[in-house]
Amino acid sequence: MEGMYAFCVGLLTACGIFLALRGRTFSVVIGLTLLSYAVNLFLFASGRLKLNAAAVLEQSEQYSDPLPQALVLTAIVIGFAMTAFVVILAMRARADLGNDHVDGTIPEPPNNTTQKSGGSQ
Amino acid sequence: MNSLIWLPFLPLLGTLIPLITARFSRTACAFMTAALPALTLFLVLSHAGDIFQGERFQAALPWIPAIGLELAFRLDGLALLFAILILGIGLLVILYARYYLSAKDSIGKFYAYLILFMFAMLGVVLSDNLIQLWFFWELTSISSFLLISFWGHKTEARKGARMALTVTGAGGLALLAGLLILGNTVGSFSLQDVLDSGELIKASANYPVIVVLVLLGAFTKSAQFPFHFWLPNAMAAPTPVSAYLHSATMVKAGIFLMARFYPALADTNLWFLIVSLTGLITFLVGAYIALFQHDLKGLLANSTISHLGLITLLLGMGTDLAAVAAIFHIINHAIFKASLFMAAGIIDHESGSRDMRQLNGLWKYMPYTATLAMVASASMAGVPLMNGFLSKEMFFTETLHQASLGSLSWFIPVLATLGGVFAVAYSTRFIHDVFFNGEPINLPKTPHEPPRYMRVPVEILVALCLVVGIFPSLVVGDLLLAAANATLNGPAPTYSLAIWHGFNFPLLMSVIALIGGLYMYYNRSHLFKFQAQFPTSDPKLVFEGIVQSLVVKAQRVITMTENGSLQRYVFFTLGFAVVMTASSLMKLNTTAGQRPEIPVDALSITCAVLLCISALATVIWHRRRVVALLTLSVVGLIVSLAFAQFSAPDLALTQLSVEVVTVILLILALFFLPQKTPKESSPRRVVRDLSLASLIGGVIGTISYALMTRPLDTISTFFTENSKTGGGGTNVVNVILVDFRGFDTLGEITVLGIAALGIYKLIAKMRLFMPSTDDNGLPWSEDRHPILLTVISQSLLPLALLVSAYIFLRGHNMPGGGFIAGLITSVAIIQQYIAHGVEWIKTRIKLDYQIMIGSGIGIATLSGLGSWIFGHTFLSSWFDYFYLPVIGKFELASAMIFDLGVFLTVVGATMLILANLGQLTTSERPIQKEHD
Repeated sequence: MEGMYAFCVGLLTACGIFLALRGRTFSVVIGLTLLSYAVNLFLFASGRLKLNAAAVLEQSEQYSDPLPQALVLTAIVIGFAMTAFVVILAMRARADLGNDHVDGTIPEPPNNTTQKSGGSQ
Repeated sequence: MNSLIWLPFLPLLGTLIPLITARFSRTACAFMTAALPALTLFLVLSHAGDIFQGERFQAALPWIPAIGLELAFRLDGLALLFAILILGIGLLVILYARYYLSAKDSIGKFYAYLILFMFAMLGVVLSDNLIQLWFFWELTSISSFLLISFWGHKTEARKGARMALTVTGAGGLALLAGLLILGNTVGSFSLQDVLDSGELIKASANYPVIVVLVLLGAFTKSAQFPFHFWLPNAMAAPTPVSAYLHSATMVKAGIFLMARFYPALADTNLWFLIVSLTGLITFLVGAYIALFQHDLKGLLANSTISHLGLITLLLGMGTDLAAVAAIFHIINHAIFKASLFMAAGIIDHESGSRDMRQLNGLWKYMPYTATLAMVASASMAGVPLMNGFLSKEMFFTETLHQASLGSLSWFIPVLATLGGVFAVAYSTRFIHDVFFNGEPINLPKTPHEPPRYMRVPVEILVALCLVVGIFPSLVVGDLLLAAANATLNGPAPTYSLAIWHGFNFPLLMSVIALIGGLYMYYNRSHLFKFQAQFPTSDPKLVFEGIVQSLVVKAQRVITMTENGSLQRYVFFTLGFAVVMTASSLMKLNTTAGQRPEIPVDALSITCAVLLCISALATVIWHRRRVVALLTLSVVGLIVSLAFAQFSAPDLALTQLSVEVVTVILLILALFFLPQKTPKESSPRRVVRDLSLASLIGGVIGTISYALMTRPLDTISTFFTENSKTGGGGTNVVNVILVDFRGFDTLGEITVLGIAALGIYKLIAKMRLFMPSTDDNGLPWSEDRHPILLTVISQSLLPLALLVSAYIFLRGHNMPGGGFIAGLITSVAIIQQYIAHGVEWIKTRIKLDYQIMIGSGIGIATLSGLGSWIFGHTFLSSWFDYFYLPVIGKFELASAMIFDLGVFLTVVGATMLILANLGQLTTSERPIQKEHD
C-alpha cells in the first residue's frame, strides 16, 4: 500500500509541477492545486499510514498520528485561500494587462526568441 | 583597568559633540570637539610612566564568550606610540582644519567624520582581540571613505574615495580570512595568545596562507606596490584629511599590523622575501614618481608611499635592530609628513594653486611658512640634525647588515642609496620650485601668510622635528624603547640614538644621497624630458576601466540568467531544489525501511488508478480548461477518500468541503478567463519541463516511500495522552487545533482573513469584459434560476445548517469542528446564491462578511488569550484540575469559543471571496457601486 501511495504522491507532484511551469495563469493555478494535493498527502503520510485508527480517543485500539493531521487540516484551508488569491490575481492581471500570460506580456513566437532573450518587460 | 575600556570610546562619544556644537561659532565647535580627544590623550599619557617601566595594561569585557569573542583592549608600548600619534596629530589637525575649511563646508560634519576615524584608529591599535581588531580596521576604511569624499560635489573626490574604499576594503576581507585562519591555528583569538605562539604558527601548514592574507591587508592599507595607486587619488580629500590619514595614521595602520604581528609571523624566509622586496620596490617606485609630480600634494603622496615602503623594507629584514629602526621612522615620518601636508595646505589655501609650475618664488610672500616647510623637507630628505636623518641613518646601517639575499645582498644598500638620492631630489624640488625659482605664474590670488593659529600645528611639528633630531634619546628614547619591546614581544637589542657615529658607511651613503640628490635636481630638465617619452597612464582610468568591465560582465551574466521570464525562474528554482534534495537522498542506502507495509486491497487499487488517470488527464487536457477543472475535481475527491481510508476523518471532511468551494471558485473565475489555453510551448520546453517534473516527482515519491516504510518516533504521544485530561476533548486533531497549538491556528485564520480582504480589494477595482456567449458562440441559457434547483436548495438550507451546527458542536470529541462546519455553512449559502442569484439573496440575507471575519478573529484572539493565561496556571497545577470537574467544563467552553471564532472567520472569508466574485457576473457589479 505504501508503495502505491508514494507513487500517487510522486505522480501528483510531477503533474502539478509540469502545469505550474506553463505560461498561462489558469494552468499555473491548476498546477498549484495539484501540487498542494501532493504536498498535503505527503505531509499526512509523515505520520505513517494506519487503517481504522482515527485519532479519536476510545474509538479505536490504536491511534494514527494526530499532529500531521492537524497541520494538513489548516494547510488545506490556507491552501484554498491562496488558490483563491492567485486566481483572483490572475483575473485582475488579465483585466489590467489584457492577457493571461504569467509574464504579463505574450512572448514572441519561438523562432524569434533567440533575438529577444534580453527580457520582455 | 576600566579606564582602558573608555579610551577608544571617549572619541566615539565625541562624534556627537561637533554635530551638536556646529551651530555655535567655528572656534567654539573646534574647541569642544577637541575636548574629548584631549582628555583621551591625557589618560593615555597618564599610563606612559608605567609602560616605560615595562608594564602592559589589558582590560576585557565578555562579548560573545561562547565563540571566544570579547571586547578586549591593551595598552603596551606599540599601542602607546600609535595612540599618541593618533591623538596628538589628531588634535593639531582639528585646530588646523578650523582655519582650512571654508564657511561653505559643514564643519560639524567634518569633525564628526574625523573623530569617528580617530575612534576607529584607536580601536585598531588598542585591540587585544583579532576579530575586534578587524572590525575597527574596516571602520577605518569606511570612515576614511567619508572623509576623502567630503567634497562629494567633485568627481575626483568621489572617484578617489571609491577607489580607496575598494582597495582597502578588499584588503580588509583578505585580512579577515587571514585572521580567522590564524585564530583557528592558534586556537584563540586573543592577541597575546597569538603573539606567544609564534613557533606554533610558523611550523603550521597554514603559515604561508596566513602570511599572504594578512600581508594583503597590510599592503593595501599602507599603499604598498602594486596597491599604491589609491593613495595619490585619495589626495582629493581636504588637506587636513591628507595630513592626518595619509601621513600619520591610516596608512600607518598597515605598518602597525606588520609590527603588531611581528613576533607571530616575521623572521622566516617567506616573510623576508615578500615584505622586504615589496617594501624595496615601493620605496623606489614612490620616490621616482614623486620627483615628476607637478601637484604639491601628489609629490607628498608619492613620497609617503616611498617612506611607507622604507618602513616595510625594514620590517621585512627580520633583524631586531631593523624593527627598532622601523618604529623610529614611523615616528619621524608622521611628524615631518604631517607638517609638510599642512604647509602644502597653507600654500594651496593662500595662493589658490597646488601646481608647482605656477607656484614659484613664494619666499617673498610667506617667508615664515617657507622656513617651516624647509625644515620639514630637510627632515624628509634626511639632512643631519633633523629627525629624518637619524632614522634614515639607522636604515642605511641595517641595509648593510643583512645578508638574506646571499651574494646579491649588496643590491639592497645600493638601491637604498638610490632611493635616498630620489628623496633628496624631490625634497629639494618641494623647496626650490615653490619658494624660489623665479616669480609666481598666473596664481588665482596673491599669496600671503596664513592666519596666526593655522600655523601653530605646523610650528609644533617642525619644532618636534628639530628637538627629536638634536636630542633623540631625551625626547623619544623611552617611547621608542617601549614600542620596540612591545613589537618584539621581548627585550629590544641595544642601540644608540646618537647623532654622530663617526665616519662610517651609513654616513657615506647619506652624503652620496645628499650630493646625488642635489645633482639630480640640478639636471632635472633631462630627467623630465626622458620621462615625457613614456605614455602617461592614469591609474584612475585603469581602475575605472577594470570596474567598468566588471560591471559589464556582471550585466551580461544577469541578462543571461534574469530575462524577465517567470517560467525560467521557477524552472531554475525547482532545478536547484531537486539537486539539493537528490544529493542528500543518495546518502540513503536503501529506499525501503523496516516497517511492514499494509496489504493492498482492490478498492484502493481502483482509487489509485482513478487518481492517476485523472491527474494525467488534467495535464493532457489542460488547454481545455473546463475539462481540466472536472478531472481536477476527481483528483480532489479521491484525495479526500484517501484521507478517510487512512484514519483521518477530519481531513476527509475538510478536503471534501474545500473541494466544493474550490471548484465553484474556479468555475466562476473561468467565466472571465479564456476558455482555452493556446499551444505555445516549444517541444523543447515541453520535454525540458516534463523531465524536471518527472525528476521531482520521482524524488518526492522516493522520500515519501522511504519515510513511510521507516518506524515513527512521534512526539504525538503527548497529545493523545493529554487530549482528554488537558484539552477536555477526545478528538485529538481538533484539540491540537483549538488548544495545544491554538496560537498557530489563530495565525492561520488571520492569514485566511487577510487573503479574503486582499481579494476583496482586488475585485473592487476590477474592470473585466463579461462574455455574453460561451466559447462556442452559443448564448447563455435564458433560464438563469431553474425552478427545481431553487426549490431543492431552499429546502436543503435548514438541513445543511443543522448538519453544520451538529458538526461544529461535536467537533471537540468526534470528527468535525469549526473549520469543517464553517465550510459546510459556506457551501449551503453559496448554493442559495447559485439557485436564486445575487439580487434575490441581497434582500434576504443581510450579512456583512468583513465584519464576520473581524469578529471571528477577535473572538478567537480573546478566547485564545484567556485560554492561554488559564493554560499557563493550569499546567502548574495539573492534578488539581483533574479532580475538579467544574473547571473541566470551563476548559471545554473556552475551546468552543475559540472554535466559534474559527467558524466565523472561515464562513466570512469564503463568502467574501465567492459572493463578491459571483457579483461580477450580475448587474450588481461593484464597479457601479463604487461610483454611487
